[in-house]
Amino acid sequence: MELALFVVLAVIAVIAAAGVVLSKKAATGALFLLLNFCTLAGLYILLNAQFIAVAQVIIYAGAIVVLFLFVLMLLSPGKEESQDRKPYIRVFAVFLAVLMLGEVGYVAFTGVLSGTPGQYTPEKIAEVGNVQAIGQVLFTDFLLPFELASVLLLVGIVGAVVLAKREL
Amino acid sequence: MNISSLNLTAIAPQIIIIITALVVLLAELFTGRKSLLAYLSLLGIIVAAIASWYIWNGTEQRLFAVPMFQTMAVADGYSLFLNLVFLVTAALSVLASINYLVRERINHGEYYALLLLATGGMMLMGSATDLMTVFLALEILSISLYVLAGFNRADLKSGESALKYFLLGAFASGFLLYGIALIYGATGTTNLAAIVDFLKGTGPMRGTYLFIGLGLLLVGFSFKIALVPFHMWTPDVYEGAPTSVTAFMSVGAKAAGFAALGRLLLYAFPTLLGDWVWALAVLSVLTMTLGNLTALAQTNVKRMLAYSSIAHAGYILIGLIAANEAGMAGVLFYLLAYAFMNVGAFAVVIAVGREGEPNLELSDYAGLGSRQPLLAAAMAVFMFSLAGVPPLAGFFGKLYIFSAAVQAGFVALAIIGVLNSVVSAFFYLRVIVYMYMQKPIVEARPVLAPPLALAIALAVLGTIGLGLLPTPFLTLAQQSIAMLFGA
Repeated sequence: MELALFVVLAVIAVIAAAGVVLSKKAATGALFLLLNFCTLAGLYILLNAQFIAVAQVIIYAGAIVVLFLFVLMLLSPGKEESQDRKPYIRVFAVFLAVLMLGEVGYVAFTGVLSGTPGQYTPEKIAEVGNVQAIGQVLFTDFLLPFELASVLLLVGIVGAVVLAKREL
Repeated sequence: MNISSLNLTAIAPQIIIIITALVVLLAELFTGRKSLLAYLSLLGIIVAAIASWYIWNGTEQRLFAVPMFQTMAVADGYSLFLNLVFLVTAALSVLASINYLVRERINHGEYYALLLLATGGMMLMGSATDLMTVFLALEILSISLYVLAGFNRADLKSGESALKYFLLGAFASGFLLYGIALIYGATGTTNLAAIVDFLKGTGPMRGTYLFIGLGLLLVGFSFKIALVPFHMWTPDVYEGAPTSVTAFMSVGAKAAGFAALGRLLLYAFPTLLGDWVWALAVLSVLTMTLGNLTALAQTNVKRMLAYSSIAHAGYILIGLIAANEAGMAGVLFYLLAYAFMNVGAFAVVIAVGREGEPNLELSDYAGLGSRQPLLAAAMAVFMFSLAGVPPLAGFFGKLYIFSAAVQAGFVALAIIGVLNSVVSAFFYLRVIVYMYMQKPIVEARPVLAPPLALAIALAVLGTIGLGLLPTPFLTLAQQSIAMLFGA
């Protein structure tokens, strides 16, 4: 069952990723990206990472893709599609992709990620619960970063008002 | 875990600054006098400085590191000395802003709030001991600065500046974050103390991922502190941003970047010294040389100061490369000196401009010596100090850094630094030549607003004071870095 689900999700994810790169229209690409994000969320659930799966849907599929679509709507780039694609950009892109693939493959097959594993083994997480574990760490060990993130959001809000409001 | 282990007193200066920012935001609703907000900000800055001083004096022997929030950050001499640098920069910038904002018709309370939030971000960068905190503090700082750079909404150049800074800055943050992710993958932690432990345990076997992660981290920081070849954004951003913002970010953002980089490299990754030191040496030589050579060709004073700030990042980097106590103390001293002389120079640029005429060209400085003798004298002090003429602050900064490099065996680097200083003297002195030896083109005497005059006076005082009495400040810097080297 798990294997079957993985294969289905993985195949859709790869097809969607290819769709993002290959689609001629930017809007189609954005929708493929949405599909890719959703299948990734499914993969996270298979890995027992429910919190990340939900965050993936809310933040990436929800906020970021909608942002993309808004930008596309406002700029309407349809008319000038694939005008400024220079050949060297394509070569560079392929180079980067191959580099990335090599990097991921290297990690996957040699297991060089040498870090000391923390206390959160899959068993421990299953015991306390996924979201609970994150919540506990977030409000104890990572309290300062949590508070800083709220300051960061405040900066963002003030900044948006300053730059966008008609009359200050 | 309880409240006392959070150690709120240790982080008090940062909290005070951020709360002041919130108060300023709210106070704008109730007051029509915006200058009141500036004085409120100054009050917050002074209180934060007192709090820092209190923490510094509150512990014995000054060899201390007070961890807070589960070792996410720390209050030690290093962070407290840097607080001084950031608060001086912020205070001078606020003073220089008050009348500038009125003149440019951008007098809104959010300006001071963002400036304070950016200052809070800088102070957090100086005290962060976890890569997460470093990143968040850097983002607080950067996003505030993106908005401040575009604060003059009616000015297209200001918008261009903000957009360029934002795009390249976001790109750099991406590099930094990816580097942090790889370091986390390689060590299993983002905490600097835990990374130190991990690296002690592994010995010479360290894995490729740590190197790639550290490399990306260096690239990210190089963008933020504008090292060649990651400096392309600097001249346009500095030129387009409101001058008071340029003054603030040319010193503050750079000092914050060096603060976090110094703690990372010397505290967390000294075991990889042999690997990062050469990368930094190449960057330093490129930065100094290119910054100075390009500055030679500038006729716009703001752009000239932008390239000069690139060059100064190169000098300061030498202190990091030396990686010894003298070098780090030199870096801290230099940052303090740089805060006074560079903000001062930009304050003079503000003073020379008038409503509707920014007066940024060198020719606008012609005859300033006879038109406004005191202003010209102040500018001369800043230029001499930036060029490194004794007995001013800039000279001792360079002296300490170059001699630390010689101590550490980087003689060639010190020689290149000295040669670069000689080159730089040309364009700094050119400003002085224009001020004193050229006939004035315009014959007007703009009145200097009192807060701006105070900012310039304080900057002159700092520049000369650090030059005449460098020893107490150097001792302070030496004491404050002791923790960094595990003394």
